[in-house]
Amino acid sequence: MKPPRAVRPAVVRAFTATSCIGRGLEPTFAALLDERSGLKACGFETVTLDTQVGEVPGVDDQSLPAELRRFDCRNNRLAELALRQDGFEEAIEQAARRWGPRRLGVFVGTSTSGILQTELAYRRRNPVSGELPPDFDYGATHNSFSVADYLRRRLGLEGPAVVVSCACASSAKVFASARRMLEADLIDAALIGGVDSLCLTTLYGFHSLQLCSTTPCRPFDVARDGISIGEAAAFALLERVSDGTAGDDVLLLGVGESNDAYHMSAPHPEGRGAMLAMQLALSDAGLEPSDIDYINLHGTGTPSNDRSESQAVTSVFGTAIPCSSTKGATGHTLGAAGALEAVIGALALRRGLMPAGVNTRQVDPALSAHYLTRSRTGPLARVLSNSFGFGGTNCSLILGRAG
Amino acid sequence: MRLEVFVQGVGVLGPGICDWPDAAAMLAGRKAYEPQPTLLPSPALLPPTERRRTGRVVKLAIAIASEAVGNAGAAPEHLRSVFTSSGGDGHNCHEICQALASKSREISPTRFSNSVHNASAGYWSIATGTTLTSTVLCAFDASFCAGLLESLMQVCVEGEPVLLVAYDTEYPAPLHSKRPLPDAFGIALVLTPSRDDRSLARIEAALDTQEADVMRDSRLEALRRSVPAARALPLIRQLALVEPGRVILDYLDVCSVAVDVTPCC
Repeated sequence: MKPPRAVRPAVVRAFTATSCIGRGLEPTFAALLDERSGLKACGFETVTLDTQVGEVPGVDDQSLPAELRRFDCRNNRLAELALRQDGFEEAIEQAARRWGPRRLGVFVGTSTSGILQTELAYRRRNPVSGELPPDFDYGATHNSFSVADYLRRRLGLEGPAVVVSCACASSAKVFASARRMLEADLIDAALIGGVDSLCLTTLYGFHSLQLCSTTPCRPFDVARDGISIGEAAAFALLERVSDGTAGDDVLLLGVGESNDAYHMSAPHPEGRGAMLAMQLALSDAGLEPSDIDYINLHGTGTPSNDRSESQAVTSVFGTAIPCSSTKGATGHTLGAAGALEAVIGALALRRGLMPAGVNTRQVDPALSAHYLTRSRTGPLARVLSNSFGFGGTNCSLILGRAG
Repeated sequence: MRLEVFVQGVGVLGPGICDWPDAAAMLAGRKAYEPQPTLLPSPALLPPTERRRTGRVVKLAIAIASEAVGNAGAAPEHLRSVFTSSGGDGHNCHEICQALASKSREISPTRFSNSVHNASAGYWSIATGTTLTSTVLCAFDASFCAGLLESLMQVCVEGEPVLLVAYDTEYPAPLHSKRPLPDAFGIALVLTPSRDDRSLARIEAALDTQEADVMRDSRLEALRRSVPAARALPLIRQLALVEPGRVILDYLDVCSVAVDVTPCC
């Protein structure tokens, strides 16, 4: 491995998250502290699968501004809902005033964007011609870029904008892309995040791969038998550290990105790519494994993911480091998971919490990672968050306290 | 930071364009451009079991990536990659949406695995064995410049060589009427931080606000306008001319990307 380069960390100025455990940081923190899960039996749309989902209540009650109505779909409603929490919209407006709208970039991760809109439109095809209904707008809803395009128009931002779509690592990787563009001085601030919403493609798709549990998912449990799909929107405002930090700020200290080069939908059995991502994040941050206090695992609850991740974690960090997956609480929010769990990591640092992995009753004795089944409070200096996805894509983030 | 990189290899495939030498001849005006349906080769790089599962989008991406890496004389396992596409696999998406609108709602596991936007990058890493990172992007019609900028960031900030793969394939009916991409087109570039004896050109990019360049040939201009990845055509035309010059590429509604091209030979 190459020697660590001179890293300039970035500062996470503001952040927010909305998932099935709450709208905004306060209810999210309370649910994590109290070890509450937001998973419920699936009653989404017309889905008849015997599975649990992490549905955000009230998404469809959220309207979009009239001038952006063509962007109307569940994914953008969820983005709008999340934007309104924790003063995040105001933080972006303030950054846009400080730097100018051309110097603000938008980097959002999603896996399925507004594809639900297309799924619904396919039920309304013209019975004679087969045409899709005239009110269906592919570019503003289904297309992966839709959510980034919506946010930049909604907030009047004019800098570079992009969606990263690397399955379940999408919105971890936006941290890397945004930090590079800050370092290159192409932008002065970045709106980064992840938005992914429930749709039939993922519910029936993961079901077809027999990867969905019928019970609320139990990562690292001896009886774990699959994922529970969730939805979330999580955002952060990223700037250069050289532009100043406050004591309560959270720093993005390191990022590690890798590929398994193994299989499209199964992780490498020994967690080769996962290990590499964690090692690269440490070397990027100039840190040793012992500098990390807590790991927020990818921890999906499938037998194979948790086995390979546990192996990767213990080979890099040993068996003592406390770790947990918050997917028992939030469900697997797919393309939003990286950003959601980075926000949970930032919250953990700010409030001094190692959240328990809920639903897990008996940790699999075959997994040697130190899995937390009870939440712990106390000061934390640095946390690592893992996100892995289909296609063998891996991303690890290291966050730390500024003060 | 100056966004300066060296182009080491190019791969192109599209309607009536079979590879980079073919494209270069047309772009430099040595050969007439005659649109024909794009012919996509089977990805020989993949093991037969994986090869059978791939659709048009993966075939296209692997073909142009292989050509660019071959022309650059680079080892694929030493290249990070940036994949960018305005839409992914339209045929696969259509099949899934059709199944989900049916009574059974049964979709095939392979179709679902292939539905991720990063399918091409996943197959590329399996085919080449590279564990270096792939970043997979979408910016709708702005996808080419979004990929170019991400690649320049990785080369200039991280100091690593990058394979950029920009590609689009068509949607079948009925989605085709909502997103009328005519055919498959893609372009791949191998970009490095330093010059060597294989370097074709030095390029330096910056955000701009000028109107994008258009192609003088009306049929190439029609291609540039109809496929997001073909917004790269003014750039590869300048490479094909082997002359210094500045090109302006279409990016987002409020900005474009200016690229200064200086041939290395």
